[in-house]
Amino acid sequence: MAPAAAPALELRDVTKTFGKTEIIRGASLAVQPGERIAIIGPNGAGKSTLFNLISGRFGATSGRILLNGRRIDGMKPFEINRLGLARSFQVSNLFTRLSVFENIRCAVLWHLGYRYAFWRFLADLRDANERTDEVLAMIKLDKRRDVLAMNLTYAEQRALEIGITIAGGSSVILLDEPTAGMSQSETRRFVELIREVTAGKTLLTVEHDMGVVFGLADKIAVLVYGQVIAFDTPDAVRANPEVQEAYLGSALAEEGAGH
Amino acid sequence: MARSASSGSTDYHFKPYNVGRWVVWGLFALALLLAPLLWTSSFAHTMLSQMGIAIIVCLSYNILLGQGGMLSFGHAVYSGLGSFLAIHTLNLISAGKLALPVSLVPLAGGLAGLFFAAALGYVSTKKAGTTFAMITLGIGELVWSMSLMLPEFFGGEGGVTGNRVSGKPVLGVSFGPQIQVYYLIAAYCFVSTAAMFALTRTPLGRLLNAVRDNPERVEFIGYSTQQVRFLSFMIAGFFAGISGGLAALNFEIVTAEVVGAARSGAYLLFVFLGGATFFFGPIIGAVLMVIALVLLSELTQAWLLYLGLVFLFMVMYAPGGISSLIMMNLRLAAFGKLRALWTSYLALAGTAFVVLVGAGAMIEMVYHLQLHAALGTEMRFMGATLDADAFDSWFGAVFVLVTGLALFELTRREFLRQWGTVQEEIEKEVKRREAL
Repeated sequence: MAPAAAPALELRDVTKTFGKTEIIRGASLAVQPGERIAIIGPNGAGKSTLFNLISGRFGATSGRILLNGRRIDGMKPFEINRLGLARSFQVSNLFTRLSVFENIRCAVLWHLGYRYAFWRFLADLRDANERTDEVLAMIKLDKRRDVLAMNLTYAEQRALEIGITIAGGSSVILLDEPTAGMSQSETRRFVELIREVTAGKTLLTVEHDMGVVFGLADKIAVLVYGQVIAFDTPDAVRANPEVQEAYLGSALAEEGAGH
Repeated sequence: MARSASSGSTDYHFKPYNVGRWVVWGLFALALLLAPLLWTSSFAHTMLSQMGIAIIVCLSYNILLGQGGMLSFGHAVYSGLGSFLAIHTLNLISAGKLALPVSLVPLAGGLAGLFFAAALGYVSTKKAGTTFAMITLGIGELVWSMSLMLPEFFGGEGGVTGNRVSGKPVLGVSFGPQIQVYYLIAAYCFVSTAAMFALTRTPLGRLLNAVRDNPERVEFIGYSTQQVRFLSFMIAGFFAGISGGLAALNFEIVTAEVVGAARSGAYLLFVFLGGATFFFGPIIGAVLMVIALVLLSELTQAWLLYLGLVFLFMVMYAPGGISSLIMMNLRLAAFGKLRALWTSYLALAGTAFVVLVGAGAMIEMVYHLQLHAALGTEMRFMGATLDADAFDSWFGAVFVLVTGLALFELTRREFLRQWGTVQEEIEKEVKRREAL
């Protein structure tokens, strides 16, 4: 077992290159258990790539990634998930031809130890079915349990996306732009939902909406050109001159380019 | 039996005793039991036996295609190698080297299917999608070429023959009469169908559906998609092998063509025709396969052409196959809307028949001229005598075809309009019920 002091998630000098382009250039970050982190940064800073590296979708070019003190870089996504890290996707990534209930149930099976069982009926797995109902109630889709995922409204699909992510009970949760494409009022309700379902867990989110960032995060990590240039409380980050220069500067530049 | 999500997931805590399902399975068992008593000719018994065999292999193919989204072009490898291992096992029994009841020979086929699916599937299930399809095609060709290179095992041109009346009769059953073989096939068919249906209700079965829908996400909920595909592939191979073993007992001869690409293609084609979306679709496909291969091929030499045309129209207009057409109309019936459409159905069937007569006459005349020119140009078609070389015959056929096509198109448009209105009414009804 890892020592008790180990961070829930730690990145040590992680790099990632695609061809000749270096997207992540030595990113380091240590997230303590139970912390709620928002990762912000200008477009193209590598936020989604960072999530893909942590969750095992891509392999890191160099550096180390540790989950509860254990190295996970180089592992497959399902191996990392089994160790207690789950992620959501920016574009809803659902089992479209399965019902809402089945979507969630698929996501609880491994973590309840059912593995690849073909000698047990799903209907008899009391704990899996109860856990599924519990998650459905948490994401407020219990009335829509028998609807196919592809027939849900956009906001419902986003909720199901979160539901699949948290269903397995992972202790580290990565949410990639959970409120992308939602209206203001939907976003407010959704932030509340995310707070509820991730209570007590280590949370990392990528977000563009500053309202969401301040509503969800205890600490903010600023990613610029593949490096974490600041990692602190929201107030401290706002006051950080380096952040102001890099982040606001580029935001201004983007605005300038837009006109 | 439908694996539709709307009915599939709701039953776990409301209905401890699902009456509808017992009725369906009871009827299936009854049909298997009574069919040879209703159709008593030996020809009918041969066909029923083949249908039982085909049902198992088509259902096993649909584990891959319908439930796992794996398009295999080489499923005959597993049913075929199962056949060969089974016939060799049978010959060992005949030679007195193996004390095994003949009724268990299909299990030897099943184990062979499982073994080869484990060995070859380990390679093919490493990949999904197009790559998987290409690998299965390659493996199919590989095994086919092996069958020419290893005549000791595959029996060369003549195949391997066997005698199913071997060993000691168990309870007076010698498997000499076809009816005894039929009931053996029926028993295997029922048990295999039940087992494959049960698979769709297990964690592996459901994860297989998840892999079909979205393999990427499966990797992020703790499952290896490769492992899910591999395990399912082995199960499909096992049941394909059982079907092959039964075929070996039924025909008492196994030739190399049972592992060939044509056989694999037939599985794909008829599972698709029956419908891959619903569990029972391949059963319909299997029955059609035997009817087409045995009856249609007797009826006309152009049967492959007709089959191809039917397949083409199915892919274009009803990609869910016959089973999805049935389920759509059951939905209409459940809302009491079928009555509004049956005249349209009648009109569609009538005009389609006219098209078929016109097209069929031309196809048959071409075939007659090409293949039976020595017999003269006169031929019989649907009770009429046609001169395949005469202008009148061709003019008549074209006239019938064009008239049929025009009428069909008119009725089709009218039908689509009606279908749209009916669907709208059903949607409204659903909304109304939800609001209650």
